[in-house]
Amino acid sequence: MTVKSTAENLAVIRDFVKSAAEDRGFSQTAIDKIILAVDEACSNIIRHAYKNSPDGDIIVKVKSSDEKLTVEITDYGVDFDSTQIPEPDIKKYYRQHKVGGLGIYLMRKLMDEVKYNSVAGKKNQVVLVKYLA
Amino acid sequence: MADFKVSFHENGNVVILALAGTLDLHTTPELEKAFTQLINAKKYNVVVNFEDLAYISSAGLGVFMAYIETMRDNNGDIKFSNMSSKIYNIFDLLGFPLLYEFYKEEKEAVQKFSESN
Repeated sequence: MTVKSTAENLAVIRDFVKSAAEDRGFSQTAIDKIILAVDEACSNIIRHAYKNSPDGDIIVKVKSSDEKLTVEITDYGVDFDSTQIPEPDIKKYYRQHKVGGLGIYLMRKLMDEVKYNSVAGKKNQVVLVKYLA
Repeated sequence: MADFKVSFHENGNVVILALAGTLDLHTTPELEKAFTQLINAKKYNVVVNFEDLAYISSAGLGVFMAYIETMRDNNGDIKFSNMSSKIYNIFDLLGFPLLYEFYKEEKEAVQKFSESN
């Protein structure tokens, strides 16, 4: 599916991913994790790649196989270096009034694999993988 | 579309924010507005009741980070209550229990304010 980069569309994306994960037979706990990870990825795209502009495209593709579900999310906004995002330190955030980077950390915790494939200046892609337990 | 609702009620000198629905990037401005209203009214003792909250993402968690220090600087706090294990797990993954108090019941969280004052 392709949707515009508005925060309102996060609910649409969550429903789309939810039904795909349900069809694949994941447990409710695993489905909740997949939904949240995809939400975090798309929220980051809206905020950082498209800088809250509502006109960007977010493309969400779900592939499922016998053993896993793969969600591939593509945008054409500003790219970023995911390796530069440190693990969050809640006490440091408190001191600095800073709350960024929580989404990427959550994605890594919630999914089995998180990969980034960016073509500089063209597109950014994050691939989230969850294996059937 | 995602639905989110914040309602207020007071118990002594504590304001309870009861959250319902979905708290994501789209709906966080509603919660920010609620906290701004509390600060403008100089109400710094806050309990957030999560009983009817079905979903939260890190955008929602960020709101609590953004306002906690103002509350504490004014001898108040933000305490959490009635959280489902699904939602608590997300707070826990991000280390929130190091900085925030979580209570099973709203009453218990409210009570803590009178103990510390």
